[in-house]
Order: sequence, then structure tokens, then C-alpha cells
Amino acid sequence: MMGNRQSTESNSAFSLEFNKRLNRRYRAEQRFKLLGIGAISVALIFLVFLLATIVSNGYSAFRQTYVKLDVTLDKSYFPDEDLAKGNYQGIIKSSLYAMFPGVESRRDKRTLSSMVSKGAAFKLMDMVEGNPKLIGTSIAIWVPADDDVDMFMKGRIDMDQPETNRRIKDNQYAWIQKLENDGRLQLQFNDLFFTSGDSREPELAGILGAAKGSLYALVVTLLLSFPIGVAAAIYLEEFAPDNKFTDLIEININNLAAVPSIIFGLLGLAIFINFWGVPRSTPLVGGLVLTLMTLPTIIIAARASLKSVPPSIREAALGVGASEIQTVFHHVLPLALPGMLTGTIIGMAQALGETAPLLMIGMVAFIVDIPGSFTDPAAALPVQIYLWADSPERAFTEKTSAAIIILLGFLIMMNAAAVYMRKKFETKW
Amino acid sequence: MKFKGLIAAVAMAAATIMSSTAHANRDYISIVGSSTVYPFATVVAEQFGKTTQFKTPKIESTGSGGGLKLFCNGVGVEHPDITNASRAIKKSEQEKCAANGIKDIIEVKIGYDGIVLANSKEAKPMELSRKDIFLALAKEIPTKDGKLVANPNQTWKDVNSSLPARKIEVLGPPPTSGTRDAFVELVMEEGVEEVDMSAVSDEAKKAYEPGALREDGAYIEAGENDNLIVQKLRANPDALGIFGFSFLDQNADIVQGSIVEGEAPTFENIAAGRYPVSRPLFFYVKKAHVGTIPGITEFLAEFSSEKAWGPDGYLADKGMIPMPDAERQKFASDVKELKPMAMK
Repeated sequence: MMGNRQSTESNSAFSLEFNKRLNRRYRAEQRFKLLGIGAISVALIFLVFLLATIVSNGYSAFRQTYVKLDVTLDKSYFPDEDLAKGNYQGIIKSSLYAMFPGVESRRDKRTLSSMVSKGAAFKLMDMVEGNPKLIGTSIAIWVPADDDVDMFMKGRIDMDQPETNRRIKDNQYAWIQKLENDGRLQLQFNDLFFTSGDSREPELAGILGAAKGSLYALVVTLLLSFPIGVAAAIYLEEFAPDNKFTDLIEININNLAAVPSIIFGLLGLAIFINFWGVPRSTPLVGGLVLTLMTLPTIIIAARASLKSVPPSIREAALGVGASEIQTVFHHVLPLALPGMLTGTIIGMAQALGETAPLLMIGMVAFIVDIPGSFTDPAAALPVQIYLWADSPERAFTEKTSAAIIILLGFLIMMNAAAVYMRKKFETKW
Repeated sequence: MKFKGLIAAVAMAAATIMSSTAHANRDYISIVGSSTVYPFATVVAEQFGKTTQFKTPKIESTGSGGGLKLFCNGVGVEHPDITNASRAIKKSEQEKCAANGIKDIIEVKIGYDGIVLANSKEAKPMELSRKDIFLALAKEIPTKDGKLVANPNQTWKDVNSSLPARKIEVLGPPPTSGTRDAFVELVMEEGVEEVDMSAVSDEAKKAYEPGALREDGAYIEAGENDNLIVQKLRANPDALGIFGFSFLDQNADIVQGSIVEGEAPTFENIAAGRYPVSRPLFFYVKKAHVGTIPGITEFLAEFSSEKAWGPDGYLADKGMIPMPDAERQKFASDVKELKPMAMK
């Protein structure tokens, strides 16, 4: 085109202007493309930075420092028939004093015994209660080290600072070196993180309690929101008459999807806890509140998938003599189900990450015991992260990041499952 | 459709009945209250849960005010048994409790907590008096001719010529925090006594609130997350932060406490009462719940044992300042007898 114009002499001035404009337009388009790429790159850089920070802070939490102790379970430490009253702390202390005979002053002895976690005594208690024949023997056990020693082994304590500003004192440093040389100090896989509930001692804190609390709450949410949501969508799509009342319902459902989640928490507090008397801080009331939050998402997704089933299916069913109920439940619903499931999975993933409404209904408490039923008090995974982020001990920073990694892992898995299902069951009419 | 409605109604009713029986069987202690006492109460609760056959108490951090509100709502399994507080119960709260049928409340002091004004270790430690802090942070200060004007001081040197010429920037708790109430009571209301208010008229003095803090950017409300304040101080060596002693203890390699009226915020100084900014920590127990909820007496015994709140106890390891011997003995015996407190 350009060549044609240029060849015609009488049009040369016109084509020069034209070329200038054309080139300007191309340059503008190029700039716009670059801006778009730039915007996406900035977003990706932030995402990479976020993930890198979380992973670098949190990966060390999957390992825990353990100390190997040689303990003598002398009968004198068990004065009572009740094995729970044994002086396990004393057994551990005497084992440590035996390893470091030079330590004499009361203060130094306390510093020495503080290098081992308080959980060591409980581990020993569990072992003895499980096998009382151990009393009178000497055994070697691996016990978790205190969180300060753990932080030192993971390189998070600055030894260049003067002694008063450090959590690991000079004498502790010497003892740690000796334990390492004897092969008694090791970083092992941190299974306590996955098998125990919350604790005030960072080395003993785990996510099992919060994970189970989240699981129970999500089970309640799924059992309640899926049937109610699908039923509401079917009613609105298939059976609702075209009047102002139906319009009102539709507007309200669409608005509810945008309501800030903490309002649902207030509703749960006022009605479920104060009026109906559901116990506070339990996954039951958490699930009820999350149901209210997830319902609009599921209804909207279900309606969209019902709309996507072509009317010819309905007409064909009605044509062979099916009633309206039979048409919907035997023909339309099975075809719309994959889309509904995708919407449900996305709704569940949202509910897993919600924290604000759970704060209002009390699932934000320090709860050590692992919940065993829907009415046992529990925390939820995102709430546990919030509670740990507020604790002063340095070791909780890595635990918080590790819990975030696990939560993100669950969310990615659920969203990936939703995308996979959508791709697999997508029917092109 | 009616059939389905009937099923839904029955299901809801069943849920309510099931939940109310679950409520009636509450076999764990329910504790609410102060976020300052929370780190200490949780340690005792965990120890209690692991060494006895009772369930571990459930502890929520709602703030002192919020906790007392929930506590005073009434007697019964749906109300908390114990509330923690970083200040003494107010007369109005006692009256509310009495009006809702709570007759006997046991008050237990557990120890002291120091409030520190810390800055990054990269800067030099500050030596302040409470008068300096008041003149730096109050919303309105008196001028020489008796008028109350908006605080004009921009640097610490404006407040006291012996202090460095650094911009006044203090990160502190929001008005909902008990730490803020304690800071106002121990620093602002004491600091104002040292300021010459003689030229101010009597009615202006009556209306004056020394606890109102500046809102022009010199005092920044940094939320309840003290870890966040510590990080911000690390990034900005000119700023100061207000938080409890336990955070200073755990982060002594990053931040240092300011010296207030000649005393550094160390464990020994706070325990001896020499460091002026320290406040007592309490918890309150409903006597009516003892016996109905299993384990309350044993929990109280654990909390008031020497191995918990004594000078060598595990609470002191967590940064709580223990009471002097005589006070500890008094409260331990009061707790043993379940002696209710008198009305104020």
C-alpha cells in the first residue's frame, strides 16, 4: 500500500504525513504493549518477592534441633504409684549435669538445663507411661532442644553482639560446641510441627490443632452450603416466576457476595452464639458463619452453570413426557454439576483463608488440645498464623512462615483441582 | 417443598439442642481478657493441661476492657470463668457484674509488667524523664502565659535542651489497648505534675486531659502487633516504640530500652520498683463457677505456685516481673481460701 502511494508523485506530500502518523501510531502501540508487559512484570516481581520471603523465613521450621541424652530412670524419681507424678524434669536435669560435671553454680545449672525443651520431660513421661518396665534402666533418647538453641543452630542468632544482648550466652555456646562434637546435637525432621497443637514453647508448637479445626469447619460449611446453594440456584433459574420478588432476591444475593466478611462474623456472634446458644470457639459455629459467606458464591456459580445447559435439553425432556422436577433433577442438574463443583471448590478455598469472621466468633483462642469433634474448641489455620505472628519469641517467625507455606499449599491445590475439573468436564455444546 | 422446609426446621432444631447440651457439658475452663497477660496465662494453661487430667483451658485475647465486659455478662456455662486484666477492675464494671448476678469475684494479682520506650540499637539510648515524654507526646501543652496550645515541639531538643535534635516519632498502642491506658496513667499523668500549670485557669485545668496524645504524626498508633513495632524500629533508628518488657527481653539484640528517670528497664530494676513505668497484672475469677467447671481450683493452685509466679518460676522466664515475697504469699493464701474481693 505504502509503496503504491509513494510511487505516485502527485501524492508524495500526503504520503509523508501519512507515514509520520502511521509510524507514530505504531510507536504508541509498541509503548502500550511494553506498558502492559511492564505491569505484569511488576506484579510477578512482587509475587516472587513475597514467595521468596515467606519460603526463606519458613523452610527452616521443617527441621528441629534434637539433643541426645543418656537418662537413668532411677526408681527414686518415682515416689508415687501414679507415673504422671514422676520427677521427669529431675531425670533430664541430672543427665545434663552428668554430661557437664564442671557446671556448679545454681545460675549456671539453670542455664544448662534451659538448653533442653520443656517438652523433653513430657516425651519421657509418655515413654515411661507406655512402657513402665523402663524404670530402673538407662536409655538414650533424642529430645527437642530449647527454641534459643534451635535458632542458634539455624544461624538466626548473631554471635557478634555482646553477651548481654544475645539469647545464647558464652557458656551455652561452649556447651553447644561440645554437644555437636560428641554427635549429640542434630537437626532432624520436625514431626512435632505436624502432630501437635499450639504451644507457648515455639519448639513444641504445631499446626495439627488448627488444621483439624479448619477441616471440621469446612466440612460443616460444605454440608450446609452445597445443598442450600444448589437448591437456591435451581429455584431461581428454573422455577422462580418473573416478578419483583424474584428480582429482589437476585439483587440481595449478588450484593451479599460483596459484603465484607467480618459482618458475617458479627451476625454469627449475635444470632448463633448469643441467641441460639451455640458454644463459642467451636468449628460448628465457625462452619455456620462460613456457610453464610460461601452461599452467594455457590449460588452465583451454580446459576451460571445451569444457564449454560442449552434449552434444547430441557425441551427434549419435557417433550418425552418428563415433569418439571424430573427434567431438572434427572437431566439438567447432572449436566450442570461439574460447573457447580468448580464453584464450590473455589468457595471452599475462599472459606479456608477467611480470618475476620472467625475472630468475631472466638476461634482465635489459645487452644492446646487437638479438637476431636465439632463441638470441641478449636482455632483455624489462618487464625493460628495471626496468633503466632503476635508472639515475642524469635522462633515463632519461622513457624508463622511455615504455616503460611502450608496454607498456601492447600489453597493452590484446591484451586488447581477446580481448574483441572473445569477443563476436564467442560462440555462444548 | 413444604416437606423440605420441615426437614430443614428439624435439622436446625436438632443442631440447637445438640449444641446446647454440648454447652452444658463444658469441661474446659474458658478464659478471656488482656493481651498483655495472655502470654503468661497461656504458659500456665499449657503446663496445667499437660500435668493434670483436666482439659487445657481455652484462652482468648480480647483486651482488658473487652474481657471484663464478657466476664460481667452473667453466671453460666456460656460465660467465661476467668478474665485477665492489665489494670484493676473499675467500680462501674464491678457494679455491672453485681447487677448480672455475679456475687463473688476473686481478684488475683499475678505480677508486674514493665512498659519500655525502646529504640533501635543503631542509635544511642535516650535518657528521658516523664516530664520530657509528656511534653513530647501530649496533644496540648501549657505555654508560659497560661494558654493551652497544640503541641509545637518537633524535636526532642525542643522539649529538653540536653536531648538530641532528633525528630519526635513514637510508635505506640491504639486507644483500645490496656498498654495505652497504663502508659497514660504511669507516664502522662505523672509527667503533667512536673509541668508548671500555675498560669492556667482553673476551668481550663478541669477540662484538660493529660492522656490525650498528639495526632499530628509525632505519635503513630502502630496497632497491637508488637513484633511489627520492633521491625519498624529496626528500619528507622530515629523512632521510639512503646511495648511491654517481654518483647524487649526477646529482641535485646535489635532494640534497647530508654532510661527513664535514671533507671534502665532491666528485670532487676522493674522487680525492685526502681523503674517507674511498671504496672500490676491481674486476673478475676467467678466464685460461682468453681465446682461446676472442673479444674478451676487446681488451675488457680498452679498459677499461684512458686514454680509458676516465683522469682525462679517459668513466668519470670517469659518476661513477667514477679511480686515481692510478702505480696506473693498474701495472694497465694487468698486464692487458696477463694476469698472474694470487696466492692470498691
